[in-house]
Amino acid sequence: MTIREGTSQPTQRSLYKQMVARSEPAPPKLRNAVMAFVSGGLVCTLGEGITDFWERVLRISHKQAADPTVVTLVFLASLLTGLGYFDKLARHAGAGLAVPVTGFANAMTASAMEFKREGLVFGIGGRMFQLAGAVIVYGVVTAFAVGIATGIARLVR
Amino acid sequence: MRLEQPPVIVGAAAVAGPVEAQGPLGHEFDQTYPDLTIGQTSFEKAERQMMIDACNLALKRAGIEEKPPAVDYFLAGDLLNQLITASFSGLEVGVPMYGLYGACSTFSEALAIGAKLIDGGFADRVLCAVSSHNGAAERQYRYPTEYGSQKKPYAQHTVTGAGAVVLAAGGEGPRITYCTTGKVVDFGIADPFNQGAAMAPAAVDTIEAHLKDTGRSVDYYDLIVTGDLASFGYKMAVRLAAERNLTLGQNYRDCGVMVYDLSRQNVNAGGSGCASSAIVTCGHLLKEMARGRLRRLLVVSTGSLFSPTSFQQGESIPTIAHAVALEA
Repeated sequence: MTIREGTSQPTQRSLYKQMVARSEPAPPKLRNAVMAFVSGGLVCTLGEGITDFWERVLRISHKQAADPTVVTLVFLASLLTGLGYFDKLARHAGAGLAVPVTGFANAMTASAMEFKREGLVFGIGGRMFQLAGAVIVYGVVTAFAVGIATGIARLVR
Repeated sequence: MRLEQPPVIVGAAAVAGPVEAQGPLGHEFDQTYPDLTIGQTSFEKAERQMMIDACNLALKRAGIEEKPPAVDYFLAGDLLNQLITASFSGLEVGVPMYGLYGACSTFSEALAIGAKLIDGGFADRVLCAVSSHNGAAERQYRYPTEYGSQKKPYAQHTVTGAGAVVLAAGGEGPRITYCTTGKVVDFGIADPFNQGAAMAPAAVDTIEAHLKDTGRSVDYYDLIVTGDLASFGYKMAVRLAAERNLTLGQNYRDCGVMVYDLSRQNVNAGGSGCASSAIVTCGHLLKEMARGRLRRLLVVSTGSLFSPTSFQQGESIPTIAHAVALEA
């Protein structure tokens, strides 16, 4: 392999890209996976605990208790974001905190906090969904598609 | 390009943020701040305050006390959209100004242009300043600062700080003897978290051009530093240079690696940003020259010229590097 002068530009580029790709330090995948498994599991266990709590306190069914549980987890994640701990936890936990509703809450709160200085309307209002917007848009689109498919399936049956 | 009457660095100053202050060069900076907002209401205002502080300190070093300062031009640049740090600082400095954008290469770009203005007889004294701010850069280029994400090991940490230099036609201090202006280079790296690898070819290109132009060898210099390739980009630069029969050895280092303790500080591959080469040069290397430990220094600030728009539209990262030779 030579990336010398005289070698054509496209050749140099592709040789260099190969060299970079081969030597890029890989993220510690196993450690990340284990951390995500453990931390995600902890978040879910906590969620179960909160569900039981609301079930007893509000005297509602387990299924009904899911709604206040989500609210509680969103509140906790937003609080941790506001206090500046969430990003430090997420650096270690990774997907364990990003995939549950906590990640969504963090994306919203972090954006709202960050753009507070640009004002209530264009700052918080306009930018709050900067990261989370995609989740909502594609969540709604997917729900719509699944809804149509289920409807058709029911009609056929 | 050789400068006929090499301009002199008569004053320089580096100010740095909290993470940089805890780094191995922390004690070398002229002023450090305990937190990222430095008493301001936004990161942008904090960055502006750092640039103004750096300018005032550098002017003081140069013995320029009057307001507005007795300099002919203010050359400044930063990373924020429309150069707001430089422009708002220009309002404060109050002398004729050129705003410069070369991304993280702006430091050596400003030095080179300032040196040429003086050598060409268009100015007697020029004030050059650059800055970057971790929080302000994160929110513009990447994610909100409190957003939790895992960064790749080759990602870099934008340096919070500002560096300022006063150049003059005469006086005591290191001289800028040669400037090599870089060409825009793009080797097809498109990952904005991998700027070190994207910029390495530009750095090698400019070093090669500089050596060819001057007829000097790598060993002519006591030290060659690149601006902000960080650990992975540094490795790529050394390997790419070797491919081109150019051995970058013991006397080659990178400011992005020097500014932090990579094993202890949570900065992934190292520093990036205009302030990387600026605070390492102004805060540490120029002082080493004054102490007599360095005589010949080549500063190659490296810049990746992308914007959030260009990479989201799938374009690769064009990069540039400018070299300035400083000799005691």
